[in-house]
Amino acid sequence: MTNVTAAIAQEEQILFEQTKRKQRYRQFIKGVLFLLPSIVLFSVFLFYPLLRTIYLSFFLTDASGATTVFVGWDNFVTLFQSTIFQQSVKSTFLFVLYTVPLTIIVSLFLAVIANEKLKGIGFFRTIFSSTMGISVAAASVFWLYLFHPTIGFLNIIMEVFGLEKIGWLTDPSWALIAVSATTIWMNIGFTFLILLGGLQSIDKYLYESADVDGAGYFYKLRRITIPMLSPTLFFVVTVTIINAFQTFGQVDILTQGGPQNATNLIVYSIYREAFTNYQFGSASAQAIILFIIILFMTIIQFKLGERKVHYQ
Amino acid sequence: MSYIELKDITKSYHAGNNILEEIDLTIEKGEFFVLVGPSGSGKSTLLRMIAGLEEVTGGILKMDEKIVNHLQPKDRNLSMVFQNYALYPHLSVEQNILFGLKAKKISKTEQQKRLKETAEMMGLSDLLGRKPRQLSGGQRQRVALARSVVSEAPLCLMDEPLSNLDAKLRAQMRVEIRRLQKQLGLTLIYVTHDQVEAMTMGDRIMVLNDGKIQQVGKPITLYNEPANLFVASFIGSPKMNIGRAEIKEAPGLLVNNTLAFSADARLQEALEVHKDIVVGIRPEHIQPATHYEATHSLEVVNVEQLGNETSLALDVGGELWTAKWPGQWEIETGHLLEVYISQEHLSFFDAQTEKLIRPASFSGHGEVQAI
Repeated sequence: MTNVTAAIAQEEQILFEQTKRKQRYRQFIKGVLFLLPSIVLFSVFLFYPLLRTIYLSFFLTDASGATTVFVGWDNFVTLFQSTIFQQSVKSTFLFVLYTVPLTIIVSLFLAVIANEKLKGIGFFRTIFSSTMGISVAAASVFWLYLFHPTIGFLNIIMEVFGLEKIGWLTDPSWALIAVSATTIWMNIGFTFLILLGGLQSIDKYLYESADVDGAGYFYKLRRITIPMLSPTLFFVVTVTIINAFQTFGQVDILTQGGPQNATNLIVYSIYREAFTNYQFGSASAQAIILFIIILFMTIIQFKLGERKVHYQ
Repeated sequence: MSYIELKDITKSYHAGNNILEEIDLTIEKGEFFVLVGPSGSGKSTLLRMIAGLEEVTGGILKMDEKIVNHLQPKDRNLSMVFQNYALYPHLSVEQNILFGLKAKKISKTEQQKRLKETAEMMGLSDLLGRKPRQLSGGQRQRVALARSVVSEAPLCLMDEPLSNLDAKLRAQMRVEIRRLQKQLGLTLIYVTHDQVEAMTMGDRIMVLNDGKIQQVGKPITLYNEPANLFVASFIGSPKMNIGRAEIKEAPGLLVNNTLAFSADARLQEALEVHKDIVVGIRPEHIQPATHYEATHSLEVVNVEQLGNETSLALDVGGELWTAKWPGQWEIETGHLLEVYISQEHLSFFDAQTEKLIRPASFSGHGEVQAI
């Protein structure tokens, strides 16, 4: 009698385990189904190209991009020995240095003044964020005219002040600065909008309490606004840096990487290597290096940022 | 000595649409003054005007005999506690408390001295290094209070400071705030929508509705002699029972077509002047017919046992009235209940103007006991 009941209990136990496993399996399938769209999209547009790029970077290719000779690390070694690539990396870092801090500072300033509750402030907010709606090509052409050596607005101003005309896009010592100025102008719209959003989400009671406590404008800015804005600032800095490393459009339209490779930023250099020189292997190697640089910059930023950012 | 004086204060955001009208008020030094009213009555706006966070549209605001209409908040020498405490989330408790002192560039030694005193007084000494998100609701509330105490401003404004706390903590903080105010001799203006807070904390209460003052006075006065129907139903919990009265075959009156009362000579006079009359009676004045002979019998609709008292819902001519009996009573719903209602406990209001005609005549003797 007791043996029979024990056997039944055991059977039940096995059945129970089986059902549980079946259910878990079903749950897993369901979860994967939900993830499937992003898995497919990421695979097609991200993972496969990334792996393909890594693969290509170890080969020489013909003009159609088919691999010909396996060269191992040779592509990378050649790159690091090439003065043009070194120049390209240097220009890129300089470009990041010129554009990121200035973009942030100018946008922050605009966001702070546009955050004041004044009549007609909506008009200024629209103006300040308007560059977000302008395409890279349109903005570049617009600046191309401003930089024009004879009829350009900038040189007309220089003339008015009795200064010598500058070949903004033809002088190697000015070209990178000119491209940076264009980029800053173009990025301000987005950065401004995000920072303004960050400012508006700061609780107004904090300012009122500070008012009652007798805090002045700059004290409030330093002790409340900046710390409360730090998560937003951090986000904006990260995005701006990544964007700066990936700059392509303005360079292509304004300078084509010249003069004397002064504005030959890495992405432009990759493009030229691949689609002008048909060196897909070397271009892929550059792409991998850029990927690693951006990855490292972002990791460093997160390590530093964590200490300074106050998440609520 | 009047410390704060409001003369004919008005406020409007759009011309012709006043959200506060003709506010005349004086507040004495060291007084605990409560502004109470339903949401949207303008009480917070009035407080923010006193603080200087909102502009005064019309009228004169005086503090210490000086007109302060156009002074910045920081020049008014006051502190304020906000409903959501307005603690700086990125600063520690210590930095939060010292924020104002640092802004005013008070010396380091003085800062530390005041910090120590305040932290001890508020029981925050062990929490100084924490961030606000690591604190419980009650502790945050204490930090907000400490910020106000540390400023040593003689006037403190509080805007619904307890509304984010649970009921138990609220009762405890009520006592603490009251004690703090007495201890420091603060003049305190306290805004709340909770009439229990107003009754229990205030030296004087101002009831505000739709931007107009309804009544200013001591809590007990407001309870016993409410100036109009609004105050009558707003102050007191459960609220005062209100019924429409008709004069039936003088000298008597009939409330809600159900309850008959006799009218004395003085009442008759009053009834002749005012055509429509509304009577009010407090729940505790509908009494059990044990010590007295029953005057009316009413149908019991619902019984709530609270342990120390029993709350009854009674049907009076189609309206629900509440009665509150001390102690525990075993009463079944649906039955007729014998009750004692004395005519002298009735308050009379004019139905048109909603103004008080005659308060319950018992008041002044017997109800408030002084020891």
